[in-house]
Amino acid sequence: MATDKKVVVLEFEKPVHELEEKIKEMRAYTEKTGMDLSEDIKRLEEKAAELRKEIYSNLSRWQRVQLARHPKRPYSLDYIERITGYFEELHGDRRFAEDHAIVAGLARLDKYTVVIIGQQKGRDTKSNIYRNFGMPNPEGYRKALRIFELAAKFNKPVITLIDTPGAYPGLGAEERGQAEAIARNLFEMARLPVPIITVVIGEGASGGALGIGVGDRILMMENAWYSVISPEGCAAILWRDAAKAPQAAEAMKVTAADLVDLEIVDEVIREPEGGAHNDADAAADAVKKAIVTHLKELMKLSPEKLIEQRLEKYARMGAWVEKG
Amino acid sequence: MDWFKRKKKISTSAPKKDVPDGLWVKCDGCGTIIYKKELEKKYYVCSQCDHHFRVGSDVYIDLLFDEGTFKEFNADIASDDPLDFTDVKSYRDKYQATVKKTGLKEAVITGTGKMNKIPVVAALMDFRFMGGSMGSVVGEKIGRAIDMAWKKKQPLIILSASGGARMHEGVLSLMQLAKTSAKLARLAERNIPYISLLTNPTTGGTTASYAMLGDVHIAEPGALIGFAGPRVIKQTIGQDLPPGFQRSEFVRDHGFLDLIVHRHELKQRISDILAFFKHKNPAK
Repeated sequence: MATDKKVVVLEFEKPVHELEEKIKEMRAYTEKTGMDLSEDIKRLEEKAAELRKEIYSNLSRWQRVQLARHPKRPYSLDYIERITGYFEELHGDRRFAEDHAIVAGLARLDKYTVVIIGQQKGRDTKSNIYRNFGMPNPEGYRKALRIFELAAKFNKPVITLIDTPGAYPGLGAEERGQAEAIARNLFEMARLPVPIITVVIGEGASGGALGIGVGDRILMMENAWYSVISPEGCAAILWRDAAKAPQAAEAMKVTAADLVDLEIVDEVIREPEGGAHNDADAAADAVKKAIVTHLKELMKLSPEKLIEQRLEKYARMGAWVEKG
Repeated sequence: MDWFKRKKKISTSAPKKDVPDGLWVKCDGCGTIIYKKELEKKYYVCSQCDHHFRVGSDVYIDLLFDEGTFKEFNADIASDDPLDFTDVKSYRDKYQATVKKTGLKEAVITGTGKMNKIPVVAALMDFRFMGGSMGSVVGEKIGRAIDMAWKKKQPLIILSASGGARMHEGVLSLMQLAKTSAKLARLAERNIPYISLLTNPTTGGTTASYAMLGDVHIAEPGALIGFAGPRVIKQTIGQDLPPGFQRSEFVRDHGFLDLIVHRHELKQRISDILAFFKHKNPAK
């Protein structure tokens, strides 16, 4: 996690933050002057707790998108560090390059040996450039594919962590077949003979997310978002104004709760109050528990059964009406 | 060259007209003014510069299949507006207006037909219907066409003409990429040939799923084919895109297309490839 202690306050968190600041001031005042303000402090703390509860249990979709993008939010490696007892990162697609926007490796999780693949963002300018802001190039998807195949060969379950603002829309990415790389992963993941569990931990933007996201179970963090395009992208096209992103987030129904209603997501993983960044250890613990629970169920299935159920799962997705 | 002479129209849910109205059409490629009837006879390819005009699924049905052999299935699957989606207007209204305007029921037509006597299962997308966008219906119809090819053990042809996934159905549209790809994986296990035919344009989620998963990839000349749209890429990198970027010839030269085939030759070349796959070599 970041060592930077600076607090980031989102717009909708300001009322609570102001109260908290006031409490801090009063405490400092008590210490300095010895005057007893404990009654007032207690009253304010109760008020703050109430306000927090009210704000965080009534978040709009757009507010959740902001939490998903919170600069302090735990990223793939933050989770991997906390949920695994052993992790050996493997590098490169053996074809063209190493892509730092996707991390992949061998891991021990609970009593299982698994492979983990996740999109990785950076925490400051330098690491963000290194990680390409979590936007993979084709090499990232091909590295993931190589690790999927490795997992199949040695009969290891696959865990994928989704957190990307999208596949990188660059010149080189197009030249090297961004679309083909994603399509190939969808195709191969659909028939991979080992369990696949996907967890949307932050942002799930479009094909760039789905490119490592076909699985037997799709889990999603409470404040993550997942859709066909980013709210900004949708707003820019349909409203012709990227500033209409909050409306687009509402219209596209991008939250974990929405995706449960739409029968895409199997389980929502609860986050600590105020978001995963407020207690990364607790968030990671919840992620680990959910993965292990589903893994236990999936380990009982034969490869044939897994693939058959996976195909059926995806065949059901969507909504249409049929006449006659 | 009368083998591509226009045949009698056959009945499908495709409408009867496309390309602008009027007697004369200006070629986007060379600027020549062409007599509309003449262009129609040539399946909307400019006889001066070979520019391929964008055409609808009806023209391709006419062009690709033996006369009267194309039989549409699953014509009556329609969107259910699962998100109750509204931007500046409601998806429901836009959808109904599109049906009325185009005479199409959705952005894809699926069916069976014969190509030089070879039975195939086909899905033909149509850009006129909301930019050929892929929502639940397109995914489901293509999915069922793949199932049909699997069941009948007949080759599959998917003609793509699409700007990508349909935003109005959010994540459900995205999941159609996975649905169609998963079904193609099952088709591949049966060693059934799948030809992906890419026309102008094929971008976004369509490219990132079935369009790039064929045994053979064939594109018409000059078609826009890519993942991200050119405008987005230009904004991201902050410079102009090189000439020919994301066009068929560029995509072929980077290794993602097998062939670029003139519209007039599509039927013959595809049926030759299908005949090749079908052929059993003598045991000795």
